[in-house]
Formats: sequence, C-alpha cells, structure tokens
Amino acid sequence: MGSLCADVIVLSIQAKVLQTLQHGHCADVEFDELCFEFGLELDEITSEKEIISREQGDSKASGASDVILYKIDVPANRYDLLCLEGLVRGLQVFRNKLEAPRYRRVSPVSGGPQRLIITPEPSSVRPHAVAAVLRNITFTQERYDSFIELQEKLHQNICRKRSLVAIGTHDLDTISGPFTYTAKAPGDICFKPLNQSQEYTASQLMSLYKTDSHLRHYLHIIEDKPVYPVIYDSNGVVLSMPPIINGDHSKITLKTKNVFIECTATDVTKARIVLDMMVTMFSEYCSQPFTVEEAEVVYPDGKTCTYPELAYRKEKLSSAFINQKVGINESTEKLAQLLTRMCLRSQPTGVGDEIEVEIPPTRSDVIHACDIMEDAAMAYGFNNITRTTPRTYTVANQFPLNKLTELLRQDLAAAGFTEALNFALCSQDDIADKLGKKISETKAVHISNPKTAEFQVARTTLLAGLLKTIAANRKMPLPLKLFEISDVVLQDPTKDVGARNSRRFCAVYYNRSPGFEVIHGLLDRTMQLLEVKPGRGEGYHIQASDDSTFFPGRCAEIFVHGKSVGRLGVLHPDVINRFELTLPCSALEMDIEPFLGHTAETLLTHDVPMQEVITHKFPTSQAPPSRP
Amino acid sequence: MWVFMEADVTSALFFVTQGSSMADTGVVETLLQRIEKADDGVDSLQLATSLGVDHQTVVGAVKSLQAVGDIISADLRSSKRWELTEEGTETAEHGSHEARVFGSIPLEGLAQSELMKLSFGKIGFSKAMSNKWIRLDKGHEGGPRIFRSVENIEDQVRERLLLVQTGSSSELEEKEKNELKKRKLLSEVTVKTYWITRGDSFSTTVTKQETELSAEMIASGSWKEKKFKPYNFEALGVAPECGHLHPLMKVRTQFRQIFLEMGFTEMPTNNFIESSFWNFDSLFQPQQHPARDQHDTFFLSDPALSHEFPQDYLERVKKVHSEGGYGSQGYKYDWKVEEAQKNILRTHTTAVSARMLYKLAQQEKFTPVKYFSIDRVFRNETLDATHLAEFHQIEGVVADYGLTLGDLMGVLHQFFTKLGITKLRFKPAFNPYTEPSMEVFSYHEGLKKWVEVGNSGVFRPEMLLPMGLPEDVSVIAWGLSLERPTMIKYGINNIRELVGHKVNLQMVYDSPICRLDS
Repeated sequence: MGSLCADVIVLSIQAKVLQTLQHGHCADVEFDELCFEFGLELDEITSEKEIISREQGDSKASGASDVILYKIDVPANRYDLLCLEGLVRGLQVFRNKLEAPRYRRVSPVSGGPQRLIITPEPSSVRPHAVAAVLRNITFTQERYDSFIELQEKLHQNICRKRSLVAIGTHDLDTISGPFTYTAKAPGDICFKPLNQSQEYTASQLMSLYKTDSHLRHYLHIIEDKPVYPVIYDSNGVVLSMPPIINGDHSKITLKTKNVFIECTATDVTKARIVLDMMVTMFSEYCSQPFTVEEAEVVYPDGKTCTYPELAYRKEKLSSAFINQKVGINESTEKLAQLLTRMCLRSQPTGVGDEIEVEIPPTRSDVIHACDIMEDAAMAYGFNNITRTTPRTYTVANQFPLNKLTELLRQDLAAAGFTEALNFALCSQDDIADKLGKKISETKAVHISNPKTAEFQVARTTLLAGLLKTIAANRKMPLPLKLFEISDVVLQDPTKDVGARNSRRFCAVYYNRSPGFEVIHGLLDRTMQLLEVKPGRGEGYHIQASDDSTFFPGRCAEIFVHGKSVGRLGVLHPDVINRFELTLPCSALEMDIEPFLGHTAETLLTHDVPMQEVITHKFPTSQAPPSRP
Repeated sequence: MWVFMEADVTSALFFVTQGSSMADTGVVETLLQRIEKADDGVDSLQLATSLGVDHQTVVGAVKSLQAVGDIISADLRSSKRWELTEEGTETAEHGSHEARVFGSIPLEGLAQSELMKLSFGKIGFSKAMSNKWIRLDKGHEGGPRIFRSVENIEDQVRERLLLVQTGSSSELEEKEKNELKKRKLLSEVTVKTYWITRGDSFSTTVTKQETELSAEMIASGSWKEKKFKPYNFEALGVAPECGHLHPLMKVRTQFRQIFLEMGFTEMPTNNFIESSFWNFDSLFQPQQHPARDQHDTFFLSDPALSHEFPQDYLERVKKVHSEGGYGSQGYKYDWKVEEAQKNILRTHTTAVSARMLYKLAQQEKFTPVKYFSIDRVFRNETLDATHLAEFHQIEGVVADYGLTLGDLMGVLHQFFTKLGITKLRFKPAFNPYTEPSMEVFSYHEGLKKWVEVGNSGVFRPEMLLPMGLPEDVSVIAWGLSLERPTMIKYGINNIRELVGHKVNLQMVYDSPICRLDS
C-alpha cells in the first residue's frame, strides 16, 4: 500500500456556524464519531489564537480570534465537502435529516444567457473557459467568507495551484456582457487589479506581485508566455487576468446580488467540475435555492457550449455486486437506501437485483461502480461489516537475497560486530571526494531536485555511512566494530530504468591500531559462513591492489572463484581526516549477490516481460456510459 | 579514624575478592578470644583502641566473620563523639599557636616582623596578646618588638585536646569543647561501631575460606573439605564482548516472520530507482496528482528517463487514464508518456506490487498470491522529529477470486493480532488506487484514544484490469511504516536517534530483543 497517509485536505470551520446549521446540538464526541464513520477526521478543536501561539509564540497571538475552530481532514477527492455548506449538506443527508437537493440549470427570466466568447489567442496559453451566473444571491459575512475560502481550497487542490483551472467571480451588475476571453501581450493589458488604487500593465503587475507572499506562487504559470489571458466585458472593462488576479472593478461585496463566475483552464474536465462545485455549493443562497442561471461559451470555431453542466449521470449495478465486493448480504431496497444517504439517489429497477444510481454533479469522484460500492459500504458502516478470513491457500517463500542477508546479519553480530543502519541517499562528497574518488567513477544516480546536499545521490558504497556513524559516536569505548548489509544503487544501462540495486556487506574496525588482521579475520569468518574455502581458483583469496580510499600498500582485492567481489584494507589517512576521525581504521566492502547460489525458493525479480505472450480479452467497446 | 557511613558499606564482592588481605587474621583471632572471655559482648571501637589498630581493621574482621556464617552477631550502633581535626592533631602534638609563639620569644624579645614569618605567628600572636602572655613595644628602636610578659604559661588548649585524643573527652565541659570546635580544632562526628556478641555457631577457630573453585581442588577432591566465600549476587556481572543487531532491523525481522507465518511470499524490492510509470501511472494515479510534484518526490537527473515499457500494457494504461474504459469514466486528461518515463526514487513499494501483479496477469492461468515486502521508500518531504526523506514501508497484498472488504478487515485483524493489537476500527479514506480505502485505527490504552496504525484498501479495477487480471479477481492490500512501531516499541522520540549515522550506538548495544506481541 502506497502513500502511508491517505490524501486529505484540511478544512477549518467555526464551531458555532457548524452547530447552528446542523439544526441540533451535536456534542464534540458525537461529532467526532459521525465524522469518522463518514470518512472525515476531526483532527483538532482549536482557535486562531491557539494556532498562532503554538507556531509563533504567545506574544504574537494576543489579539487573534479565539473563536473555536474545528479542523477537519476531508478526503482529497471530495470537493463537495470542502466548504461548510457542502459538509453540512453531506452530513445531514447521511444522517437522514435532509434529502439531497436537486441542482437545476435555468434560463434567465428575461433576455438571452450571458455569453463568454473565446478568441483564438488563448489557445496556446490557457485554451478553455466555462461560466455561470448565481442570480439573486444573498451574502452575509459568513457566507461571503465561505465563498472566498472554497475558491481558495479548489485553487490549491483540484486546480493544482491555479495551473489547471483558475476561478474568477464578479459582481454581474457592475459589468455588461457579452464577455470576451482573449490573450494579449503583457504590455497591452492595463487595468486596476483587485484591492489596488491605480492601473497597472500586466508587465508591471508581474513585477509588483514578485514579492506578494500569496500571488508570487502563480506567476510562473504565464510569466514566460508571449501573451497573457485576459477577460473583458463589452465596454472593455477587465474582469480578470487569469490565473493571477481579478479586476477591482467587478469585485464582489456583501451587497452583490448577481454573481458571474468564470473558470479558465488548461484542463476542461476539471474546469467543468470546479464550476459545478462553486455553483452547487452556493446556489443554496439564491432566491430560488439550488438553481443556477446558464451561460454560453462560444469557442473560436463557433461551437457553443452551455454551462454549468450540472449533469446527473445514471449507472446501473446489481446488489449482488455490492454485497459480494463488500462481504455483506443486504436486500436491493436496503442498498438503494444506503446509497441515497450518500447523496447518490438510488432505486431498484425491478429487473432482478438491479439498482439504478444517480450520480449528482457534486460527486465527480464517482467514476466507477467500485466508487458506488464503497459508498454503500460507508453507509452500511465499515465497522459493521463481519471480518472474515479469506481461504486463499499459498505457500510462503522468502526472497533469497533477503534470506541470505538475514542469516548473515545474525552471524556477523555473533562475530562481535554491531549493525549500523544508514541512509541510502547522501551527498556527492560522501561517496566521492571524501573517499578519494571522482564522482564520475562512481556510477552513481543523481537526484535532480534535492532540497539539501544530503540528498544529491544514492550511495554507491556503504563505507561512507559507517564512517559517519563512527564520527557521530567517537565518545564510545574503543574499539568500534560496525557492519551493515544493505543496498547501494548503480547506473546500469541494461535495466529498464537504467539503474539497479546491489547488495553489499561492509565492515569497519576503528581503534588505536589499524587492526587489518581483525577485518581480515572477519573476511575469513564470512567466507567460512558462506562455505567458501581459502585458495585460488575455486576458493577465495586476496591480493594486493591499489585504491585511492586505502593507504598505499595496505589494500587488497577479494577474489572468489576467480572473480573480484570487493576490497579490504587500511583506510588512507586523508579519508580518515575527511570523515573527522582521528584514529586508524580498517574496512571491508564486498558484494554478496555472487553468494546466492542455487535456492529452492521461487526465483522472483521485479523485471517484467516487455512482450505480452498471453492474449487477454479486453473489452472492445471501451466507451463507458457518457455524460448526458 | 574510619567513619563508617552508609555509602561506604563495602560491597561483598569487593570483600570476596580482597577478603584475605583485608581481614587481618590476627585481629580476627583476638576478636574471637575477647568475645569468648567477655560476659556480654565487645565494642569494636574499644577493641580497636585497646589493640592500637585502626577501627577499619576491626570492622573488616567483623565483616569477614559475618560472611563465614553465624559465628558472631554484630549490632550496628551509632554514637556521637568528639574527634580532633587535622589542625587539632597538630596542636595536640606541638602545642597551641599561642604557646608556640610564647615559646619562640627569647628573653631579649623578638622583632614583630620576625614572628609574623612563623607559620603560627599571626593567630598565636593575637591569642597570646589576649591571654596577656606577651606585650608589644611599638616604639622600640629597629621596629616593633615583642617581649614575654609572664614567666610561665599553661597550654590548656593542648591539654584539653590530649584528653580528647585519649578518649577522655567526657572530662571536658561542653563550653570548653565548643570553644575548641569554634577554633576548628575539634569536630563532633557520628561514629558507627559494632557491638559484637557470640553467634549461634560461635567458635574461636575459623576455617580459612576459599574464593573460587579450582581445577586442582576438583582433581584432588579437596573442595569437599573447604569452605567457600559466598558470592555477592547483588552486584552486576561482567558485560560480554559481543556484536549487536540494529533495533529497526530486529523489528523488521519480526514483521518478516509474521508475514511468513501467514503464508505471504516476499517481493523482490531491491530496486530503489523506479519509473513514474510503475510508481504512479500503473496504479491509476493521475499525472497531475500532487504526490508527483517536485516537492514530494525525488526525480533523477541521471538516468533521467526510463525507455523500456511493456508497450501493449502502456497503451492500456494511457487509455484508462485519458478516456476511461473497464467500466470507468477515466480522468479525461491528456496522458503523456514523457511524464511516465521520468525516473524517480520510488515513493512506495507498491510500485513493486504493481510489477508483481502485472507479471501475475501474464501467467497462463491466474493463481492466488499473497505477497509482502519491507523496504526503503523515499519522499522529498520537509524533515522533522518523526519524518525523514527515506523510511521503510511494510506492505501486504492478497490477490484471489472474490475477496471482500470483510476479508481485508479479517486479514488486518489477524496481522495486527500478531503485533499484540486486537482493538481495531476502520475509517473510510481516499487513495487514488484503492476503492474502498480504509485507514486502520487501533485503541491506544496509554493515550486513551484511537491512533492510526496503517492504511489499506482494495485495488481499483482501473489498475488491475489493464494489467490483464481476471475481472472477478480482487486484490486487497495494506501498508504501514516500520519506523513508527519501532519508535513506540523502543521509546524513541526522535527518528534520527534510530536511523542514520547520528544513531547512538549505546542505544543499539542496549536494545532488547524484539517481541512485537508483548
């Protein structure tokens, strides 16, 4: 199982707001339990003041709000739970206290729909746009804050920090359509941006926002493009310069009654989802709740699309499928009820055990029947499912290399050496300069984005780590006798990824005298354990060798069955110094893979066949039920 | 004089090894004879005084006799007594400073400057002045000069100290003793002595005790007649010279053992470098997923790209991401092979699980498998006390026909029971490649709350079906880190003290064996 923590987005909600909207008093413990069942995690109950005092000290916190905040972890694919409105709606439907609302797209009461016309220019920068209108909305401070917060949450997550989608919201009564989405050279765009008192050209804005703690993170998205995206109204008023900033002219306030929402994007699927999410969450506050006024988007080729999509998709699946996958035995009716509690309105079709499930526009995370199955399991309660033991009969096998490693480790400790455990990543210096080698000789793989020098390369030798362990433990009684059996990484063009691991055994002896005989004795003992007898030809022997890591004349190469497997010797004084050590030290490092030999275990490798021999039957008509 | 204090109670080990030299045989014999003659008992201090030996010697004799058996009975008594300080002892020998000043002034007097050169001059001068034993002629030609003002003096200070020294301090008045104490010539000390009486097996002859059994004794059989000094079982033994296994690796061994006991086969995870394709794409993790960001994953500059993929499979992966299929809507984005080619340090061992499942799908006939691995994974994360850029992931995978979510919970229950964790509950969660996904929580008795112990789920059809696995095969899987349970097991708060070169070797030397279920 991969990432060891599930993907979550953290949501902060004021306790009093949550409670009033829930129409009932829900104790913290009860709320915690409810969240758990619903797949949310009530991470902590805190306040702005508490957070600041924890992060920056008490002095900074004085004056901060001590309104109680609930910090809730929301699954990263549930964009419908990213604001108070959606969260409360989801929980109330789950608790059977509310029926899931139906979101409707409506035409304007009078006149044609608002139109957003896309010119050919943005196609190279940010080709897509979608739009919608929230008519006769009533904002309060809390609703307004939530509206802004949801945009921010969507921007940070599904919009991938505005790179995929950027949302702009405007007071429709301050502007007049049709709107034009175009792109211009930065010098040719000039407007007063949000919360500024004067006009700037786009070029000036880019330098102005270089130091803005928030906006500077988005500049790179368009910075080096020849043209920047921009949206104008019919009078030439700038609505926004996506994905950076809106115009000040059309900004929404608490008094705004009609909101024009536009989303520009490089990924139109995500733009549609984001727009659906914005309007489904806040149409609750329109004079006709849960209705959204449509807008038309005209593409350069004349194609016209009407948004928001607000598509309800229908899927059919059998209750046997759900029961079998979850491991329960519930009736078709009961399963339909369970799904309905998850905002997936469902009913038996009457054909066998078939259930028809309606996936609302808020549930973009439902892309397969298995997602529906999971929702049924959640509503049933994961912890109500009987825990069963699968009858899968298998015989266990060890990975031969790990088996050898495990056995060898035991006996090396019995030989008086202590096991160290070092990082696989290190600096170039550790494996090259400090050991008297050139980095080009090491066959190391290089990391392109290390945050510090400690993560520049994967180690090509275990020796550096052991010497660093000694340096950190100089206060310990002498002698220090350490070993490690672990993997190093080497470039290998014969592998699909161009690199491979190599399992090594390394040991060091650190004392007032070099103790070459001790390390040599350990080699003899290791060979005895590996059933290799001393001797040239079929046995093992060592012979004098030159290696810049070792003291001249004090290094030997280890040969097993005539092949070189490693080296041992007394370290060069320069190497000792570079690792901040002061005493003589002898060391041994060798490959252990040559000792695998024949094994009864199944031979396992992560290499995959590049040609498929078996012909599988894959569905020919791959198109899934499409959106209406 | 040997002041017998609690901390000084000589360890018997010391006594056994050095006993024969310490317990003076003569003193032991005399002690036994005195006890035999005495009606009631003998005081150790009085005995020392009368024998003219140090009290310590008598105490040594008492201890050696006690060690042999019930020959004597010794009660520890404490009493206060006056004792001469170092300066007091000197004064008792040479006289008080003032008396010495008086004694050093000849009839013709002495220049004050000369007197002050003497070690006792300064204190002695003022005392002798106040005793009116001497007078100072300030106006004497050649500087101030001192003359005797009486003919004879009586050095009471010395006489009193001598009384104390001979054990007759009771003849002095309290006032006199306190005055000497103020002058730092006397001090009052607590003395612990033994009141020694006959023991149940009292005898005036003691057999010489042997310290150790020898080869000669065994050969000759002489051990039968000998008595042996008892061992001190309170003391620690000598630490053996040995090597040690690293605690994290000991815990790894145990987890491996658990999987093997449960019939799981070990996966070959010896490939730290992986392509984004196997690490992400094959797992149906979209190319815009935040985990694929530079901030979360280590990318390689050399070798930067992978070039070899099973081409048919790659096409199916591309399709399921960009268009859907296999009953899925897909993610509907422009899937790019360039993104899949990027080499990284694997972020999870699930990349190897993907390879193994793909290979399983390439078999002529599907056979059920249970796989596990415990190996390193890498994250380009912000480091803190519990997070490093690399850690060990423990992973279990079961593939078979018709596995259920209940089966996953059952397997997890069995697995965690082997770790000594029996109280489990499951929270719905989100993972890009599993559905359903569950976080595993266990009840922590110490913290009195539920804590997360692992993550689990059923692999998505969008991952399994493009590999070629049969539609009715389910694959359940779970994972946890090796470091966290180890830190809890060994009570380590900072991960750097456990993993890496900054490890404290003493901690490695001292770490106990690992039994996860106790």
